[in-house]
Amino acid sequence: MAKTMLIGRKIGMTRIFNEIGRDIPVTVVTAGPCTVVQIKNEKNDGYSGIQIGFENKKDKHTTKPSAGHFKKAGAENKRYLKEFVPENGDEYSIGDKITVDSFEVGDDVDVRGTSKGKGFAGVMKRHGFSGGRKTHGKNSVMRAGGSVGASASPSRIFPGMKMPGRMGGNTVCTKNLTIVRIDSDNNQLFIKGAVPGGKNGVLFITK
Amino acid sequence: MDKLKIATENDLKSDIPEFRSGDTVAIGVTVREGNRTRIQMYEGVVIAISSGGGIDKTFTVRKISNGIGVERIFPLHSPNIDSIKVIKQGKVRRAKLYYLRDRKGKASRIKERL
Repeated sequence: MAKTMLIGRKIGMTRIFNEIGRDIPVTVVTAGPCTVVQIKNEKNDGYSGIQIGFENKKDKHTTKPSAGHFKKAGAENKRYLKEFVPENGDEYSIGDKITVDSFEVGDDVDVRGTSKGKGFAGVMKRHGFSGGRKTHGKNSVMRAGGSVGASASPSRIFPGMKMPGRMGGNTVCTKNLTIVRIDSDNNQLFIKGAVPGGKNGVLFITK
Repeated sequence: MDKLKIATENDLKSDIPEFRSGDTVAIGVTVREGNRTRIQMYEGVVIAISSGGGIDKTFTVRKISNGIGVERIFPLHSPNIDSIKVIKQGKVRRAKLYYLRDRKGKASRIKERL
């Protein structure tokens, strides 16, 4: 259960200095304002939750069914919708705006996003294998993964064997990042450390 | 303008003197010892100014301390930098003076820009 949640976009990384002059690496994120679009309850939906929307989009980009959904909430058409289960659902009502002010400096947050796609990656990059030898007569095994199993018995490769393949582009959550600064005027959060994904990537920030 | 630059605009210092690679500078560095703070001077040749812009900009100062080469990288806008004073302007032909690391004594002199 989350206390509160915001949808945001990563701007990028930079540094700021704290009160004793220490250099802190930060990720700047524009987060919110998010509108509460729907409140799910046990009776109608079988579970309780808050659905929030982020970033407006034009009418021509909105399908008719979703336009009706937004109209019902009295909200503008939103590009991103996300649900969370709050600790205290009574705090929210439809149409409420959640802004960066719902966070405080020093809060620990979890940031969820889509990691950067690496394409078809080998085992060294994808699984941290150490590769083969460069010397002692080896020439084609420098980045190879080595053996994937035994011979006639079991005469198959066990499921889950670490092999090359698509890497990145997964949903990744970085936990317990500290908020070091909040800029309410520009809806910006300064989060210590790195968050998943590239610039302009969509992020879900929960407290 | 770059959104990142705007976000950290107010953290930038405005009273930084102009200096280039090859210049000899004296930097007043704030040193914290428990609750006390004092200013320590660090003097040397600027051998590199990073290509980073805004608050990410740094510069490298090299000096020979007791016969041992010392290089310190300072964030230009760090509040721990109390003062920057340009002592001598050097005449150099490149931006990064990493070749100074291979030179000793007379060979590591830099001509003065007048």
